[in-house]
Amino acid sequence: MGLRLAAWGGLLFLHFPILIIVLYAFNTEDAAFSFPPKGFTLKWFTVAFARPDVLEAIKLSLQVACLATLIALVLGTLASAALYRRSFFGKEGISLMLILPIALPGIITGIALLSAFKRLGIEPGLFTIVVGHATFCVVIVYNNVIARLRRTSQSLIEASMDLGADGWQTFRYIILPNLGSALLAGGMLAFALSFDEIIVTTFTAGHERTLPIWLLNQLSRPRDVPVTNVVAMLVMLVTMLPILGAYYLTRGGESVAGSGK
Amino acid sequence: MKARLANPGPLRRFANLLYRRPNLYLTLLLIPPLTWFGAIYLGSLLNLLWQGFYTFDDFTMAVTPDLTLGNFAALFNPSNFDIILRTLGMAVAVSLASAVLAFPIAYYMARYTSGKTKAFFYIAVMMPMWASYIVKTYAWTLLLAKGGVAQWFVQLLHLDGLLQALLTVPGIGGSTLSTSHLGRFMVFVYIWLPFMILPIQASLERLPPSLLQASADLGARPGQTFWQVTLPLSIPGIAAGSIFTFSLTLGDFIVPQLVGPPGYFIGSMVYAQQGAIGNMPMAAAFTLVPIVLIALYLSLVKRLGAFDAL
Amino acid sequence: MPLAVQFTQVSRTFGEVKAVDQVSIDIMDGEFFSMLGPSGSGKTTCLRLIAGFEQPDNGSIRIHGVEAAGVPPYQRDVNTVFQDYALFPHMNVRDNIAYGLKVKGVAKAERHARADEALAMVALAGYGARKPAQLSGGQRQRVALARALVNRPRVLLLDEPLGALDLKLREQMQGELKKLQRQLGITFIFVTHDQTEALSMSDRVAVFNRGRIEQVDTPRNLYMQPATTFVAEFVGTSNVVRGELAEQLNGSPAPFSIRPEHIRLGEQAADSHEVQVSGLLHDVQYQGSATRFELQLDSGQLLTVSQANDRWQAHAQTWQAGQRVQARWPREAMTALLETVLDEGR
Repeated sequence: MGLRLAAWGGLLFLHFPILIIVLYAFNTEDAAFSFPPKGFTLKWFTVAFARPDVLEAIKLSLQVACLATLIALVLGTLASAALYRRSFFGKEGISLMLILPIALPGIITGIALLSAFKRLGIEPGLFTIVVGHATFCVVIVYNNVIARLRRTSQSLIEASMDLGADGWQTFRYIILPNLGSALLAGGMLAFALSFDEIIVTTFTAGHERTLPIWLLNQLSRPRDVPVTNVVAMLVMLVTMLPILGAYYLTRGGESVAGSGK
Repeated sequence: MKARLANPGPLRRFANLLYRRPNLYLTLLLIPPLTWFGAIYLGSLLNLLWQGFYTFDDFTMAVTPDLTLGNFAALFNPSNFDIILRTLGMAVAVSLASAVLAFPIAYYMARYTSGKTKAFFYIAVMMPMWASYIVKTYAWTLLLAKGGVAQWFVQLLHLDGLLQALLTVPGIGGSTLSTSHLGRFMVFVYIWLPFMILPIQASLERLPPSLLQASADLGARPGQTFWQVTLPLSIPGIAAGSIFTFSLTLGDFIVPQLVGPPGYFIGSMVYAQQGAIGNMPMAAAFTLVPIVLIALYLSLVKRLGAFDAL
Repeated sequence: MPLAVQFTQVSRTFGEVKAVDQVSIDIMDGEFFSMLGPSGSGKTTCLRLIAGFEQPDNGSIRIHGVEAAGVPPYQRDVNTVFQDYALFPHMNVRDNIAYGLKVKGVAKAERHARADEALAMVALAGYGARKPAQLSGGQRQRVALARALVNRPRVLLLDEPLGALDLKLREQMQGELKKLQRQLGITFIFVTHDQTEALSMSDRVAVFNRGRIEQVDTPRNLYMQPATTFVAEFVGTSNVVRGELAEQLNGSPAPFSIRPEHIRLGEQAADSHEVQVSGLLHDVQYQGSATRFELQLDSGQLLTVSQANDRWQAHAQTWQAGQRVQARWPREAMTALLETVLDEGR
């Protein structure tokens, strides 16, 4: 049936380039994009992991992603706790503001932050990268947490207070355990998003190189193709696995889709 | 109220205070995120916009805080306006193509899968959506490269002639696939396609099957049901998806840099102005273009019900 | 008798809606007190005001003599059984029940012992390790009850706790709740929209309508001597007669109520203490233990009449729709009512 063929064909189209990346990472040839590949080897992994520039970039990306995720978790949780139930003046404005960094093209966020940093005389580096990433990661955590809060029955919180628990105890014993997997999912998504981000980072990184920036530099002047292939596959894995994890954590009702990029 | 509560600890006393003063509680929750977004994000955006009014001296290459509307006026110079039109054209083309490609996949997902298969499809669409943007782009430079996979396939299917013919069409073609408008267009469509599939699927998912049965019951052939019922009711989903494809294409500067013929996009122009040229005021003025276009586009698709389908 | 809960001129407004409008009630210690009314009548808001989930805009609420304003729910000596039970999904049954003791700092061994005791009280001994999701609706309801009672509150609030149960189970739980309340001797405040439930369980019932109390009384008085037209029509079935006909039959233009089962159909002449009318039978519904008639009087007034089928030879067969009949009832059976005013703009 035509439709079925189109649907499966569409899936193949979506995954084919990803498979190609995996395939090339094991390619024996060292300089060509030629297809089909000539042979299978693991040696480029050894080469890639011996390269100080690659290791530096991995380290920086991990640092950035961890810090940005941490900030996003705190700010996103606070914002969702403030916005999920009560209505007050300016509520719509605040939720719009949270979404803006991913709704507007990354280039706008990037250049805005860059010009602000310049004006304040802040040197680009780890700090500026983290600020940029945290800004667009907040909404990911916010979306996940607020969806869970909305699904959590208000009467659970009332029941806890009714049974003698104050705000802290209710948060500790009732809200936090119910939010747990949503926080984890939001954190994983934020981590993936940060690890992979390139557009904002181009502006805020200065001379620092995160892994995506390293990749982009390789593309502009193609050298070390096999190492690039290996790093590309690595980045792919690091971004896709948390997505899969987040999906299983929030299965049933909440979608991570539509939270956008 | 009770003896055991006569001497509450400081935590309990603070909890009591927050309970009695819900506005204080709300304020304490909001201070950190509002400080971050208000000071850092909105502050930066306003600062950027303000810089759009500064003057850039072409000879000294220096920016002076003399206010001018010149940068915004310069957007309408033929060369700049060309860039805007080129980007806009690409964004529209990519959105249309994504919708056409996404619809059958979304339709199949919503109507013909259930349980495990549906979950499989969902993950299979979501994974490429979230997979690293730069790696996907890189994959396409490999695919489209001379001697790469695309060429190999074309030769395998003996379609070389057709490809060559396509590449000679002005506005679409280029010297090779990887330096053609066509190639760039394909990469854009590939990268943003999942953002179109999921909203359409969600809107079709919400379509009650009884509606389609009612249409059939009233005598409509399957084709008529599709054109009269299914498609109109999935418009909000398509519109919602197009917000992503449109806005993401409009602001992109990496894909145009790596694939396709030379010539600026809005994104690459902004990048070049602030970087190599050092004309931050002009870059700031250029960033206003996607903001305005997206705002216009949002007000357009809002009428199509896109916000309810997000 | 000491007061458990006292409302004095309490009001609570949500936006434009006066959910509770100048309500005053005295609820006695140890009483089974029901708040009855249609949805949106303010009964649940009153319950939430006692629990501390809402604060009154005006008026005062005293719980065992102590002003409750500003006292958060966790410092009130009342516990609630929620309509949706609100069992914590991530805790097993024992931890759910022991939660109130845990947050008050009761040692683990003691709180587990008391939780098991409470489980036994609601006939769920041995269910402690289950998760709420593994229980039936009736079992969840019992856990919610045990979770509230284990804290030994002086007032237990029940927010339509039987609403989600099917009829058989509901009737069984009504009996058990009543028994439990007598055993423990604590004040039960029970919110319901089901008048049968309220009448059968309560010592006293407050009837709510549009944020106000129409009448507070014992079930018997509520039924036999409704104070207002609303109460007459909401509690049981009633014929409310107004205007000229009321004056003619009762000697006063005030509306009065006459219960369907207090009306007799028949040809005998009326006694001097009886009122007699005649009309046309519109409809006859055989309902098993009783037969219900729709009678249209010559004045146009419709009367519902119910005759018990308490003889094995059913005399109801002697009347059919379309027939002219006489009906009569004792003068004492008529209860004069205050007209419930539905003021506009609310």
